[in-house]
Amino acid sequence: MTSFSLNGKAVETKSAADTPLLWVIRDELGFTGTKFGCGIGMCGACTVHLDGRAIRSCITPVASIAGGLVTTIEGLDADGAHPLQRAWIQSQVPQCGYCQSGQIMQAATLLQDFPDPSDEEITAVMTGNLCRCMTYVRIRKAIKMAARDMRSTEPKHE
Amino acid sequence: MIGVGLLAVFGFSACAWRPAIDPISLPAAGSFSDGLVQRGRELAGVGNCMTCHSIEGAPAYAGGYPMQTGFGIVYSTNITPDRNSGIGQWSEEAFARAMREGVRRDGKHLFPVFPYTHFRLLTDSDMKALYAYFMTREPATADIPDNTLSFPFKVRALQAGWKLLFFENHDFQSTTAKSELWNHGAYLSEGLGHCGACHTPRNALGAERDDAAYHGAIVNSWYAPALNSNNAAPLVWTENELFVYLRYGVSDLHGVAAGSMSDVVHRGLVDLSGDDIRAIAVYFADLGGAGEISNADVVTAMKVTQADPGGAHVAGAELYESACASCHFNTLGSPSALRPELSLNSALYAPEPDNFLRLVLQGVSRKDGHPALFMHGYASSLSDANIAEIAQYLRARHVVHPDRADNNNWQNIEERVGQIRHEMEVSE
Repeated sequence: MTSFSLNGKAVETKSAADTPLLWVIRDELGFTGTKFGCGIGMCGACTVHLDGRAIRSCITPVASIAGGLVTTIEGLDADGAHPLQRAWIQSQVPQCGYCQSGQIMQAATLLQDFPDPSDEEITAVMTGNLCRCMTYVRIRKAIKMAARDMRSTEPKHE
Repeated sequence: MIGVGLLAVFGFSACAWRPAIDPISLPAAGSFSDGLVQRGRELAGVGNCMTCHSIEGAPAYAGGYPMQTGFGIVYSTNITPDRNSGIGQWSEEAFARAMREGVRRDGKHLFPVFPYTHFRLLTDSDMKALYAYFMTREPATADIPDNTLSFPFKVRALQAGWKLLFFENHDFQSTTAKSELWNHGAYLSEGLGHCGACHTPRNALGAERDDAAYHGAIVNSWYAPALNSNNAAPLVWTENELFVYLRYGVSDLHGVAAGSMSDVVHRGLVDLSGDDIRAIAVYFADLGGAGEISNADVVTAMKVTQADPGGAHVAGAELYESACASCHFNTLGSPSALRPELSLNSALYAPEPDNFLRLVLQGVSRKDGHPALFMHGYASSLSDANIAEIAQYLRARHVVHPDRADNNNWQNIEERVGQIRHEMEVSE
């Protein structure tokens, strides 16, 4: 039995200790915004936050996050209006969309650490999030747009 | 001839024999002041008694922790005041003798895996506080497995011979040329803290080598880094970095505390006052020969490593980009504790790859390092060859460089990954 917080709510899972967090989130708790990509922590599609920082949920055994605060794309903002989500819509970033929740969750950690990110910083941090539709140019544009938005407003998001 | 032999045996037995100390009934908890017990709690933390005298799922201090030595496994003892299986019948005199001379209440010798060689430095007042703390713990019964030491190492009487060779019982001697804080740090580190027990290599008979104090050593498949000027980190440990690391378990310039050092920080030193930790930091900063570090030094240290090694390391570079860079990248000159900077990281600069490989395989748990810092292990997703490629790439990029003192690459990395993976599976 592992207890943790998912998007602000206390949850419990009966899954085996070594079950990847991704399967608990998707199959057991029903939050399907987080996607399965490669299953070996190499593509970023499964990115969620643990205690506010990006991790790959496909290679994270659920027992290892006991007591932690997990946030998925569904919990990034109560209204789905995080500056990154707004910038993503405004820039029409997604094509097929499969990798995008992972991209946005990784970008949120990027902006925490680098509030005014340079191209080098964006490339280095986002390099582990693959997109087979090649939306990279629009991702970069949206990240910079969100960064400007976040710097110009009071911090009200995680 | 036989006569001389018998005389020698008799003489040795006379030296080896130590009297039992009379049992007592457990002193009432009220006979120790709260202040004394509290100081004892802090001191027990300095000694990190918890880690070696407890196992998961059993009461604290009830023993049973297996300690791997070169001679077999020694299981730690129950140091709760349980009358039969613990130290409930031990007087303060018996407790102090065990701590200072490595002799049990019943007169039998303890093995030096119990670091009485350090604890002998404890002052009488600190000994009293530590005794008060342990005698006021909840008694717990424990069934400790038998040690697996081989003959003749398992003969307790022969420990008297070991003590003749390697043990000198004396008090802490302060160094007048050094500050009071330095001396206090030396007292805590050399004595109860027994830092040398892990950080100093041992000789063939398991004694710490005086000629190599704090040169760094392998303990339980972790490399305990050198704490003197032999430390391979590209930036020296300053007093401030040592303080922050020992207090919070993480340093911007060196990395996170993992393995048993994580226990030292998060279970051991956690109750200790900032002043005591500062003293330890002052002592080791001096031992390492540290001065101050400027931001320019940080930029320089990170810059040495910017060159792309390319060539045979391309496979490792690609894996690093996919698996590691998003969490580990820092802007030049601004390393963040929450984004452990690999161009400065102690694990990567160690002479042995063990710590680096172990961290990649098992990750850094939420209990290690810093609470906000978590790394998932890659044991299930990267092969031995993959991990070796990443290690080789990072060593080539950061460490094997003409500007570095130690520019040899690690050898046989892939085999070592396999061995550590096997050790992890066995210990699960």
